[in-house]
Amino acid sequence: MIELADVHKSFGSNHVIKGFSASVVKGEVVCIIGPSGSGKSTILRCINGLEQYDDGTIDIDGVRVDRRDRSIREIRTQVSMVFQRFNLFPHRTALENVTEGPIYVKREPREDAARRGRELLSRVGLADKEQAYPAALSGGQQQRVAIARALAMSPKAILFDEPTSSLDPELVGEVLGVMRSLAEDGMTMVVVTHEMGFAREVADRVLFLDQGLIAEEGPARELLTSPRNPRTQDFLKRVLHPM
Amino acid sequence: MDRFFAQSVEFMPILLLGVKLTILVTIGSLAVSTVLGLIWALMRVSGIRVLAAISRTIVNVIRGIPIIVQLFYIYFVLPDFGITLTALQAAIIGLGIAYSAYQAENFRAGIEAIDHGQVEAAQSIGMGWSLMMRRVILPQAVRIVLPPYGNTMIMMLKDSSQASTITVAELALQGKLIASATFQNSTVFTLVALLYLTMSIPLILLVGWLEKRFGASQ
Repeated sequence: MIELADVHKSFGSNHVIKGFSASVVKGEVVCIIGPSGSGKSTILRCINGLEQYDDGTIDIDGVRVDRRDRSIREIRTQVSMVFQRFNLFPHRTALENVTEGPIYVKREPREDAARRGRELLSRVGLADKEQAYPAALSGGQQQRVAIARALAMSPKAILFDEPTSSLDPELVGEVLGVMRSLAEDGMTMVVVTHEMGFAREVADRVLFLDQGLIAEEGPARELLTSPRNPRTQDFLKRVLHPM
Repeated sequence: MDRFFAQSVEFMPILLLGVKLTILVTIGSLAVSTVLGLIWALMRVSGIRVLAAISRTIVNVIRGIPIIVQLFYIYFVLPDFGITLTALQAAIIGLGIAYSAYQAENFRAGIEAIDHGQVEAAQSIGMGWSLMMRRVILPQAVRIVLPPYGNTMIMMLKDSSQASTITVAELALQGKLIASATFQNSTVFTLVALLYLTMSIPLILLVGWLEKRFGASQ
């Protein structure tokens, strides 16, 4: 469903992605792990055209991703994104955040969008917060609204860019719980994360990215419990046993 | 003092005619400057290089020419090109254009102050540029822009007196005419000053309220 072939991306003289190839099939949950600066977020942002890649190809169900083409808007409604810092619209309530895309981008009738928005908010456990503004919500609640906002577009896949990295530790669980239930419902997900527990439990496949290249990939449990590449071993050791 | 009040009663009706024109010029040029300023600002942040360059040039040209010269140009020079405006029209358009440069810079600052994450969030749900501006960026920028906008309103009220240079009989010019006819300079210009102050006070209070409501503390 998502096909990346030999993708390159540089920021100035900094060659961040050096030939990334991968494919994600429908219903699959793929986690991308790796040290900071390895290009994890960049590759995710290239998939829905928040960054333009320099070389190679990215296709979503056979449609080429090109940030400069009008088709990118359609692609973005099919491949939603959840951000590290939530990026909710602060001037709109939780429900309005969720219905913004359906009403103004997809031009759905207001009542339908609102009804669906309420369903989605209750799905992420926030039925009682529909009138709350983001500033009145905790980080975990904001991120769950953001997930509902992504779901409201009825996407084929959702990209998660370190969705729990800016949360207080006690709030991480509620967000991962929602993500796990999405995965169980068959949502196609690409998740950049440092949550190795989540990757092991929920992901089908893990890609270990190092210096702009996939250093190792494989089934989640296998790669995370018995990595073959010394750099993967080293990385996992440092993440799992930071002391 | 008695003489002051007696003369005030005598002069006030004429001065109030000036007040009416002052308010007309202020509101008119405020509207023109707001619309033009928004256009310059949106061109500047459009991401289209040509538009941004045109906007930057316009703003710099406007900023670099005194308001009074711009008024003269519109009122006295444009007729040479077949565009003849009444003094009032010329004043409203001229002050509107002159102030659009400052409005544009204020609006641009407000737009650019919005976190880039908002742009990405809007894009990630498939919004195009204009929808994003209308639904996401501008509603948030308004809060940042309003307090300085209030200050601009006060400045425009006072600068509307420049319209007198192209024969618009607004408050300052009415005052000058009465003063030169009656030689009652102190009475006339005291009244003129008090009338400007009276018109400014609601605006000053409005700015104070806006700053409290939307300012940095919020």
